Parts: sequence; structure tokens; C-alpha cells
Amino acid sequence: MLSLTVFLPLAAALVLLAWRGLPDAAVRWLWVAVSGADLALVAALWATYDGPGIGHETDRPWIPGAGAGYHIGVDGLSLPLLALTATVFLACAVYSLRGQRDIRRFAALFLALQTTCLGLFAALDLILFFLFFDLSIVGMYLVIAGWGHGEQAARSALKFFLYTFVGSLALLLGFIGLYAASDPHTFDITELTADPPLQGGGAAGPLVLLAIAVGLAVKTPTFPFHTWLPPAHTDAPAAGSAVLAAILLKMGTYGFVRIAMPILPEDWRAHAMVFVAVGVVSALYGALVALAQSSFKRMVAYTSVNHMGYVLLALGAAGFIAGTDEQARSTAVTGAVVQMVSHGLITGALFLLAGVLMDRGGTYEMDAWGGLAGPMPRFAALTAVAAFAGLGLPGFSGFIAEFQIFAGSLGAVPVATALALLGILVTAGLFLWALHRLFLGARRGPKPVGADLRPAELLSVAPLLALSLLIGVLPRWLLDTVEPAARAVVGLVSR
Amino acid sequence: MSGTSALLWSLVLLPAATGGVLALSGGGGRTAGTYDRPGGTGPAAPAVAVAVAAVTLVLAVAAALVRPAARAGFVAGGPLELAVDGLSAAVIVTVAAVGLLVLLSAAAGIRAERPRFFGLMLLFVAAVLVTATATTLTALLLAWEVMGATSYALIAFRWREDAPAAAGTTAFLTTRAGDLGLYLTAGAALAAGTAAADRFALGALPALDGPWLHLAAAGVLLAAFGKAAQLPFSFWLSKAMLGPSPVSALLHSAAMVAMGGYLLLRLRPLLESAGWAAAAAAWGGALTALALGAVALAQRDLKQLLAASTAAQLGFVVLAAGAGSVAGGTAHLVAHAAVKSLLFLAAGVWLAALGTDDLGALRGAARRDRAVGLPFAVGALALAGVPPLSLWATKDEILAAVDSPALYGVVLAAAVLSALYAGKALGLLLAPGPSGTAVREPEEGASGPLRSVPLAVLAAGAAVLGALALPPPAGELKQAVGVPGEPSAGAATMAATAVLALAATAFAAALAPRLPEPSWARGWLHLETAAHTVAVRPVLALGRGLARFDDAVLDRGATRLPAAVRRLGRRLARFDDADLDRAATGTATAARRLASWASAADRSGVDRAVRGVADGARYLGELARRPQTGQLHQYYVQALVLLTAAAVLLLLLR
Repeated sequence: MLSLTVFLPLAAALVLLAWRGLPDAAVRWLWVAVSGADLALVAALWATYDGPGIGHETDRPWIPGAGAGYHIGVDGLSLPLLALTATVFLACAVYSLRGQRDIRRFAALFLALQTTCLGLFAALDLILFFLFFDLSIVGMYLVIAGWGHGEQAARSALKFFLYTFVGSLALLLGFIGLYAASDPHTFDITELTADPPLQGGGAAGPLVLLAIAVGLAVKTPTFPFHTWLPPAHTDAPAAGSAVLAAILLKMGTYGFVRIAMPILPEDWRAHAMVFVAVGVVSALYGALVALAQSSFKRMVAYTSVNHMGYVLLALGAAGFIAGTDEQARSTAVTGAVVQMVSHGLITGALFLLAGVLMDRGGTYEMDAWGGLAGPMPRFAALTAVAAFAGLGLPGFSGFIAEFQIFAGSLGAVPVATALALLGILVTAGLFLWALHRLFLGARRGPKPVGADLRPAELLSVAPLLALSLLIGVLPRWLLDTVEPAARAVVGLVSR
Repeated sequence: MSGTSALLWSLVLLPAATGGVLALSGGGGRTAGTYDRPGGTGPAAPAVAVAVAAVTLVLAVAAALVRPAARAGFVAGGPLELAVDGLSAAVIVTVAAVGLLVLLSAAAGIRAERPRFFGLMLLFVAAVLVTATATTLTALLLAWEVMGATSYALIAFRWREDAPAAAGTTAFLTTRAGDLGLYLTAGAALAAGTAAADRFALGALPALDGPWLHLAAAGVLLAAFGKAAQLPFSFWLSKAMLGPSPVSALLHSAAMVAMGGYLLLRLRPLLESAGWAAAAAAWGGALTALALGAVALAQRDLKQLLAASTAAQLGFVVLAAGAGSVAGGTAHLVAHAAVKSLLFLAAGVWLAALGTDDLGALRGAARRDRAVGLPFAVGALALAGVPPLSLWATKDEILAAVDSPALYGVVLAAAVLSALYAGKALGLLLAPGPSGTAVREPEEGASGPLRSVPLAVLAAGAAVLGALALPPPAGELKQAVGVPGEPSAGAATMAATAVLALAATAFAAALAPRLPEPSWARGWLHLETAAHTVAVRPVLALGRGLARFDDAVLDRGATRLPAAVRRLGRRLARFDDADLDRAATGTATAARRLASWASAADRSGVDRAVRGVADGARYLGELARRPQTGQLHQYYVQALVLLTAAAVLLLLLR
């Protein structure tokens, strides 16, 4: 059933590509139906998952000579991200009901992209992981280059492509290093986790970790590898931005918890401070640069650097095992995983809302607007809710994530955590300032005002925020799945 | 779920759910507004909100009697746990009662966008009720920050003007700076690694060991000082006066700022356990009471005077927590809620009726409008500490716990300042003779029953709530909040402070227009300027600098690399075209030549075969040219394919 979940969107994409005569309206609804069915499948997978450990596993030989297999499965780390993927892609499908240029190819591309994302989060083989990782880059390149707006779209797409592609080469190098060091040689993640290679010192371990970490850090992205992100977001179509921020960035952070930490525990512990430092710098740097942006979309893009910095801080802190307490470390890792889900929901919503701004007035510049709460009250209300969720207000998922990240990391790295904590103050400032410039005060620009949110826009954004609220108020259904997996990761790292 | 936990859940969920729905329901009607004209006004919202507030009050009283507890899963080690004990019983009944009275009054005063206003007020009340009953840090922090967010939205309620929106932002950011302290406290509680099942339980904090105890105490102090507008955070309260008056009457008297004082009363054991923290709270509160008392005395604007006085009065509560008078602090908190709520509502009535809250322009307003003026006078006298009204007794109860002479002196001076600023307001508003210039005649019905009834009820509270600090109820309050051994004020002290307060009030009332108004005090000690200089401006400058660095250095560095790669690619392409391609074409040509030579030599036999070879070679040459598209990403794909192929090959051949 997991394979069906992963490949159903791809099958639908092929059908759409082949069936040229299909009317646009049918394409739109077919897309929504397939995405909805896929979300239902993920929900069923979650409901029938009896953890802890790996469930819904399929392990078939694929390239036996190279030690690579078609090995997929789910656990408490991947299920939430699979669910997030299906949810965000469904939201994009619903959002596109309002109309989209060349909808047939657009839908096909998104469905194919959905398969790569689902496949990555389900992959338990490094080559499979790498394959989906790279295909997602190609898919997103086509989305930005083909449907982006602005003269810079092709250039931004190319930059995104090159940057993340070079990163993926580093990742591949690291994977080959792992393969070469394992005995017997294998690319299988579960085998590598059970019997980690490169233990016991030596120069190879740090080098392999460096290669993998650089590859993942580019995708996450962390400082200083983040400069592809703002132009890619600015020029991508709204749905593309939502997927890029909500899902593709998570591939980087997911790689850390799925691959880097469990397979290279010794080196992770030895270099944990590096990850903490990169995390803190990313968190503060992202927040401060976001504060200085005049474009709403670029601002949201930089807040992603900030939010992903918290994830790295927590994962780094989990590498400090001397003098810290296991419960604290589990709390930090749980927070990091929840942050991935939470950021996906909230930032996905924010980027879809940014698309409304572009649609109505053709600009993301905040100073061009002002007083929008009058003519567009629903747009203002939803954006305000998303902004408060984004600044980590309790009651939304961001708080569940960030509270656990900070509380869990403080014992291991008190100074770094206290510094990162300042990030939530800067984030609060920048979101409130953005709300003020867009929605409150006097009308500034002579911009014509379009209609308030259309049903497709409302029905795509509101559920994402409702889910964030649900996690923020009643998080147990999520945490009951995440916590055992986070404890397992902490146990693997401290081997 | 047991019956009692259902009671507690409904107490907090009823206002939360109704408030959330109301706040998001828009204008009631489906008519969207425009830039200038608000949407529907939602005539039903006030009635719904008042009804919910009334039910909430009933539930709060029931909870105060039943003392229920409730628990729901949240994060590991930190469930959402609520419980009502003596201290929270006093607070929730106060908040629910003041909330109901303020909403009644607002039903007459707020005309536009009522669903949003009343929804946010109910949400706020729910957050306060959770804050006051929380027994875990997670539940506390949840409600604590939601309180801050709703206060942002309420202060910025008149969003069409820039100033209230900026004031809301200031309030939220300043109090959130303090809130960071609670995150530190939570981290310390987790890091200390105690054996407690719920590490985030408030009750476990005093038992933390080593440096974590001190970090936890410091975090709590920071959070409480931020919310209670103590020094150096007080300035946000001044700007918050741009919000509607009912907002001030609830947030800046009974609830939000009061919760800062409440937190320290609740966590008095933690402060005591950390040692220095109790002294820091005592001195911080006393100095705020003194400094903000001076600020209040220098104000020319009624709401500004009341705001500064709120920070000063909360200073007494914070002092009580530090000095060890939890019962006295609780009594002061409750009595001050009634007093200040009354004064803000009265100020709001005059602001609406006369269009000003400038003290000079309001001259004699209380005398002309008795329905508002009389309750106002009671409130102001209570604020002054005039016996037998409430704050006189509660303040003395706190004073009894102070044993350092220096601290005692500061507190006494602060008490005299309260009498002075209350006397000043009273003197101006009750002044006979010609009215101020800006005063227009009160509108008809400006003080109808919706407004006068809450004022009368609050005035009664302001008058009699001091009983909480007088025997015998004082003894019962001490039992209820679990501090039976706390000292009470002696008769001599009470007589002395009574004389002092009376004299100072009379003095200030008589000399009201001529009291000094030094600019440092009028300008709230220039705290906001200082905050801008040391925090806001440097952070903005740093952000801009980093943004430039990001574009100019990091990004350019990143683009320069691909550019170099592209140059390399072009050179390779040239090499491809110039040499490889020539070689390929050359091969084809050579083959053709060979073919013609061969056909010349042997036209019949091998001709066809040789031509086939030539065509094949030409085709190969074309194939070799095909990948040279000049498109960088295609080179990358080729590189990747080659690399992967090489890797696979290596692996297969190993």
C-alpha cells in the first residue's frame, strides 16, 4: 500500500500527460481527486501503523550488484512528513482550482513531484533516497522555470537547480563513502543504522559526514548556503513556493535525522557543536535579514532559514550526551521533527497567501499596500493567523515545536539556546511589522484592490492553518507517533 | 472526565470558543468593508459576549467553591494541567467579575466592528483564566503568550490609524521580550533532570538544584516584570493607552498586568528558594512603585496618569511577593482591579462624551456628571489610600512584611506618591468654577444604565474590598492562599498611613494645577527612547547590514562559482566544437573520401558497405555534437549521469 501511495500521483501524472484532449476543468478536479485519494491513503497508512519501528515495509532487490534495493517503509519520523506532503500537495491542487496557465502540464508536474517527495520520505535505501532527492530538484526547476513570474524566473530557477544539484553531488559522494566503508557493502539505511560503518575514529568518518552535511545543508538551507532560496521563492508561482518551502526544505532536515545522525553517531557527537553553531547562526541571521526585507515573499523565505536553524540547533544539541539528560535530548529531537511539520503547514499557508497578493496587485512589496484589512478582511484575518502561528504563538504548532526545541536544548548548550531564543523576538517583530504595513493604517499606494479571498484560496489556506491550530492545542496524536521515533534517534546517536 | 474537571474545562473553553468564533466571524453580515468604511457592525455580538461573560462568572464562582482540577495531554513532561486553589480562586472570580462589568460598559461604548472587539475580549478572558489556574509551565506559557497576542489585537483595535497599531506592536514585543524568560525557566526545569514525573510542573521549580534554580527564578522575574510593566519595561503601558478605554479597564487593571504580579505571588516559593530573587522582586517592585508614582504625578492626561499608577500599584504586588506577603499582595491585586477598572471606565466615559482626557480640559467634569463623578471620586480616594477604602488596608498589609528599613522608606514614599497623584486627579476633576476650554456638553444618555451600573458595582468593590486585609477576613485569606503565618499590620501603622494619605491627598487636591511636572517624569523616564536606542535601532541596523551582506557577498560568491563553472563549460564546449567535433567530422570526411576512393577503385563490390560506414560515422559525429547545447544545466545532468554511471561501474567491477 505504501508503494501505491508513493506512485499513485505519478501514474495520474502520466495519464494527464498522455490525455491531451482533457478539458481544463476536468484536469483541475482530477488533480484534486488524486491528491485527496493520496492523502486518504497516507491517513490509512498512519492509522494502520503499529509502531515503534518500521512499518509497511517493502524490500525488493533493485540493483543487487550495487547493493541498492527498493526498500521503503514508514516510522514515526517519516509518517508525519508523508502526511504533510500529501496535505500540502492537496492544498496546492485546491488552490489551483482558481485557474492556472497550462493546467494539464502543471498538474502533471506537481503530481510527479509529489511522488518524488513521498518516495524520499519513505525511502530506506540511500540510492533510492538520492534518486528522489535529485528528481525533486528537476521537478522544482521545471515549476519555477516554466510557471514562474518575472523576468528573472529562468535565472532563479537555474540558480536553484545548480546550487541544490551541486549539493546533491556532495550528498552522493557521502553516500558512496558510506557504502565503501560498510561491510558487507550496502546502501540500505536500516542495515547501515544497525551496524554503523566508520566507527572508531579515522579521517574518513568526518569527511563523509562533511559531504553529507553539506549536501543536506544546501537543501535545508542553512547559512551560508541559503542564497538560492530567496530568488527561487520570489519568482516561483505560489503553489511552487508552497511546495518548495513546505516539503523540499524538509528533505534536508529529514536527511539529518534519518541518515546523518543514526549512521554516523560517533562523528555526529564529535562535531555536534558545529551543527549547533550553524543552527544558531542560521536562526539569528535568517530572522535579522528577514526583518530588513521589503518584499513579503522574500521575508517569508528568510524566515524559513530562521525556522530551519532551530531544527539544526536541536539536532546538534542532541549530540551532547555527556552531562545531559536523555529526556531533554528526546524533547529536543521531538521538537525538531514537529518543527518540520509545523513549518510546512504555516509557511505553505503564508506562500499561498503571498500568491493572493501577487494576483491582486502584481507586487510583493509591502510598502505598496496598506490598510488592506478594510477591503479584504478575510485575507487579512487569515494572514494575521498565519503570521502569529509563524512567530511561534502558543496555540499553534510552531509553539509545540519551538518550546520543545528550546527547552530540550538549553541543558546541553545554554548559551547557544539563549541566543537562538532572541530569534523568536525578532520573528515576532518582523511579522507584526509586515501585518502593519500590509493591512493596517492608511491606504498608501494607489493600487487597485481586488476581491477578497476566493473560495479556492480560502479552502486551500484555511485547512493548513486549522491543522496548525489542532497540533498546537491537541498535539498528542502527533507526538505519540513522533516521540518514540525521536527517542530511538537519541538512543542511536548516543551509541 | 470527572464532573469537577468538566466544570474547569467549561470555564476556560466557553469564553475561548465563543471568543474565537466571534473574532473571526467578521462583520456579522456578509458585507465586506472598504478602506474607509467598516463592514457590518454585528449588533448581536455584545449580547452574546455579555451572556457568555455572565455564565463564565457563575462558573468561576462555582470553581472557586468546588476547587476542581483538570488535566489534558500536551508535550512530554508538561501536560496542560489546571487547578483552582485559594490564590487562583480569588483571581478568577475577580477577572470574571471585572470582565463582565467591562463588557457591559463596552456594549454601550463600542460601536464599530463589535464582533471582533467582543470576541477578542472573550479570548483574552479565557487566556487569563488559564494563566491563573495553570499548574504546569506549559499551560502557563500557552495562556501567557495568547494573553499578549490578544492584547496586541485589542490595543491595535482602531487599526485604520497607524499609532494604535504601532502601540500594539510595542506592547507585544516588550512583553514578549519578558516572555523569553519563561522559555528559559522551562529549559532549566527540563535540564535540571529532576525525578518529578512532570518536569514542567510549577510545583517542582523550587526544588531544582544548582544553577538551574537561579536561571529558573531569573526567567520568572523577567517574564513577570515584562507583563506587570515594572521597570524597565513600563513604557509599553503608556503607549497601550491608545487602545479603547474598556480595553484598558480590563487589561491594564484586573488582568494582563495583574498577571505579572500574580505569577510572582504564585511562585513565591521559587523566589524564596533562590534567595536573591525574592530580594530582587521586593526592590524591583518598590522602586517601580516609587518611580512610576512620580511619573503618574507628572502626567497631564488622565489615562496616562492611570497607566503610570497601574505600574506603580503593581509594584506593591511585586514587592509583596518578594517580601513575603502573599495574602497582602493578593488582596491588593483584587482591590486594585476594582479601583483601576472603575477609573479607566470613568475616563472612557468622559473621553467619549467630552472628546478629551486632558486633565486641564476635564476640570470639574466629575462635579457636573454625578453618575460618573461619584464612583470616580470613590475610586480615586481608594487609590490614594484614604481610609477606610480598600487600598489603604491592603497596602498596609504588604508594608507589614517589609523588614529592611531602606525598603520600608522607599515603600512609604511610594505610598505618599499614590496619594499625591490620586489627589491631583481628584482635585482637577472636582474643581469648581469655569470649565476647561475643550469641554463640550455631555451628550444625552452618555451615562445610561449600561455604563452607570458597572461603575456603581466597581465603586462598591473599591470601597469594601479592603476587608480582605482586615481581620477577620484577612486571616481566612491567609488560610486560603496557604500562608497562615504572614504578619499583619498593627493598628499604629494603619493609623499613621491613614493620616499620611489623608494629608497628602488633601494637599495635592488643593494644589493640583500647580504640582511640579518635570519632563523626565512626564516622558515616562524616557524608557521608550532608551529601548529604541539600545535595542530597536541596533537590531534594525544589523538586519539591514546583514541583508546587504547577504546580497553583496554571500549571494555574489555563490553566483561567481557557477559563473566560473560556466566559463569552464564554455571553454570545454569550444574544445568540443573546435577539436572533438573537427575530429568527428574529420573522421566522417575521411571515411567519405575513403569511400569515394574505394568506389573509384571498385565501383561495384564494396561500394554499398563503405557508404554505410561513412553514413554511420557521420551520424556518430552528429551525435557527438548534440550534447553541446550550451545549456549549463544540461551539462550538469550529463555530468551527473556520467558520475553515477562511473560509480555504478566501479561498484560492479570491484
